[in-house]
Amino acid sequence: MTLPVRVQSAPFDMGAELNRFAARVPGAGAVVSFSGLTRDLASGDLQVMEIEHYPGMTEAALAAIRDEAIARFCLTDAMILHRFGPLRPADPIMMVATAARHRADAFAAAEFLMDYLKSRAPFWKKEITATRATWVEALSEDEAALARWSKPA
Amino acid sequence: MKLDIRYFAWLRERVGTAAEQVETKATTVAGLIDELRARDEGYAYAFSDLASIRAAVDQSLVAFDAPLAGAREVAFFPPMTGG
Repeated sequence: MTLPVRVQSAPFDMGAELNRFAARVPGAGAVVSFSGLTRDLASGDLQVMEIEHYPGMTEAALAAIRDEAIARFCLTDAMILHRFGPLRPADPIMMVATAARHRADAFAAAEFLMDYLKSRAPFWKKEITATRATWVEALSEDEAALARWSKPA
Repeated sequence: MKLDIRYFAWLRERVGTAAEQVETKATTVAGLIDELRARDEGYAYAFSDLASIRAAVDQSLVAFDAPLAGAREVAFFPPMTGG
């Protein structure tokens, strides 16, 4: 599957995903990718990170963010893959990849995608240990990170 | 009018359901929240801090003063934590 936006519970192979993406961007001189991994708690006792999402809205939001990135940074292509369901520490959660003629646009677009999907795509994380379950709170700096993109690129 | 309402994350846990259909006279998202709050203590508690709640109408993020005319589905959830 090489759909540019995917939301799935199944694990993925980030190397294989990136190779497949790079193979279909002729003319691009730069490919940048970012992968998010399930981070253990500072206390080291995370058992499961449960990711909930809003089926339908999630796909639409990610597609809109991707379209915006492609237009804004003149990308050759971009992909977003995000998992939901129960994840273990160090499991890959998500990845984005961008392709452009030159690296500056590919780097900037990857950051843009991450900043937007953190606060604008309907995902919620719950951290579960043997004794407690806690919803991860949004950080004010995540919201602040969006502000830098409101100026013309 | 009839509306499908969906709740996610801790908001879902606090109201005790993931989805329900309601008959409402509200004309805005804020009006709908007022109706829901008036139902019982669980809803009042779930919607007690609007700064930590986001709303979507027909799967698009909206402000609380957004109109409900023509809407089919309204969703309420905490600030998103993807990535």
